[in-house]
Amino acid sequence: MIEISGFTALYIFMLSAFTGYEVISRVPVILHTPMMSGSNFIHGIVLVGAIVVMGSAQSALEQIIGFIAVALAAGNAVGGYVATVRMLEMFNPKDKKGEA
Amino acid sequence: MDVFIQVVYFVAAILFILGLKKMSSPVTATGGIVWAGIGMVAASLVAFFEPGVFEHTGNVVLIVLAIAVGSTIAYVTAKRVQMTDMPQMIAIYNGMGGGAAAAIAAVELVKMADSTGATSGHELSATAQVLAVIGALIGAVSFSGSAIAFAKLQGIMKKTIRLPMHMAINLILFALTLVAGAIIGFSGDVSIQLVLLFFIMALVFGVLFTTPIGGADMPVVISLFNAFTGLAVAFEGFVLGNAAMIIAGTVVGSAGTLLTQLMAKAMNRPIGNILFASFGSDGAAAEEDIEGSMKEIQGTDAAIMMAFAEKVIIVPGYGMAVAQAQHKVSELTKLLETRGVTVKFAIHPVAGRMPGHMNVLLAEAGIDYDKILDLDEVNPEFPTADVALVIGANDVVNPVARSNPDSPIYGMPILDADKARNCIVIKRGKGSGFSGIENHLFYADNTRMLYGDGQKAVAELISGIKEL
Repeated sequence: MIEISGFTALYIFMLSAFTGYEVISRVPVILHTPMMSGSNFIHGIVLVGAIVVMGSAQSALEQIIGFIAVALAAGNAVGGYVATVRMLEMFNPKDKKGEA
Repeated sequence: MDVFIQVVYFVAAILFILGLKKMSSPVTATGGIVWAGIGMVAASLVAFFEPGVFEHTGNVVLIVLAIAVGSTIAYVTAKRVQMTDMPQMIAIYNGMGGGAAAAIAAVELVKMADSTGATSGHELSATAQVLAVIGALIGAVSFSGSAIAFAKLQGIMKKTIRLPMHMAINLILFALTLVAGAIIGFSGDVSIQLVLLFFIMALVFGVLFTTPIGGADMPVVISLFNAFTGLAVAFEGFVLGNAAMIIAGTVVGSAGTLLTQLMAKAMNRPIGNILFASFGSDGAAAEEDIEGSMKEIQGTDAAIMMAFAEKVIIVPGYGMAVAQAQHKVSELTKLLETRGVTVKFAIHPVAGRMPGHMNVLLAEAGIDYDKILDLDEVNPEFPTADVALVIGANDVVNPVARSNPDSPIYGMPILDADKARNCIVIKRGKGSGFSGIENHLFYADNTRMLYGDGQKAVAELISGIKEL
């Protein structure tokens, strides 16, 4: 863990917000659904937070909630990844005939 | 070790942004998700080496177990699900992320409650405390709301439920949730009961917020919840002092917000209108006279019409997705092309249940994407088309959006299928679309209705053309 003070966080927040806006503003319509799925995968980073929180859990209640957090976060990351890859595979000319 | 962890998080954040960037072009998109995936695996692995995680071996075992459970379920469902059902799967995976963010906040708040009064308590800074609560609220709403969105798209929940005084109940509930949140966020004295009450209220609010919204608007809602989850993750990232979470969460939050706006714009409805006014109730009231009648056509006649056309524009909609007709449509396209017919596809930005939904399905069926045209590209082509074949689309080709200012969909850009010389509409029954509005296109003089399931109807067309 590093110390992130309020204003540093605010700057990170601001710059990231512009980055997200810029990245998506040039996406063609055909990629909107894969893109939504892809960004859905990226917030799967919540898994990192879930691991950290679960790791320092002490009481049984914390462990139970932590367990739920990790399981849900892993579901977000893995599900988001597989769904995105499956969608994007279809835009790949090589295996266009792929799974019918 | 600490420096190493931070370096990995830093690289992961870069990989996420580059990955998203690469995903914005069809050529590099597959690489993009792989890059982001590498970042995710690396960040998750080093998370185990954060201080405190390896102190309790029992917890590490539980973490591994939880990851195994969560990822197995998600992997199996994501692999098995039909392409047509992808929108609701995105909703549910997104909801899981929101739930995880809320659960992280819950653990932090429970720790705080446990340590109140104790000598060496778990201390959060005042800002972190407030952000934890906000993140918890957004995450919990995203979780239960996404679950409802999933249920609606999956057909588990078919009706649009509106309680009497729904708006008022929502507002009161939201206000109460905020009050509970404020008490938790601003006071150092937190009781477990209050935290529990706060989460229950937030979850119920997510449910009530989503139930009145019609199925046609679900893509916008899912996109909004996607942005919500991103924000929740960013806030919890601040609480945990994790820059990677702040960056990734915020990027998704802003990208998701923009995507939501783009979608709402395509439907020509302000986001507020989608979220707070249910479509069906306006539509039912606005009944009007329609000239003409629906004229049925047989598959064989429609086949002849298409086989001798010069240009056919196919307008797919949700009905094609439901009927899994995309492969038959692809077969039909190839058959027509061997006869020298030009075939193009017209995709409305909100056709199906998500922007790009139709593109994904058509790509799955092996149709080149240079044949697939956007609204702006294709509308000038309709007047020169001999046949416009509408497969399971309804509201997106309804001319009242151009003509009737009283209609709830007035002003929405539509595909001008009615301007084609002939229009064939494949439709399961005589009912109206998701918005509940009668479609004047179906009554037009040059429109013929081909009733039946999308897949069977297209199969009829194919066999009809083959027999010629």
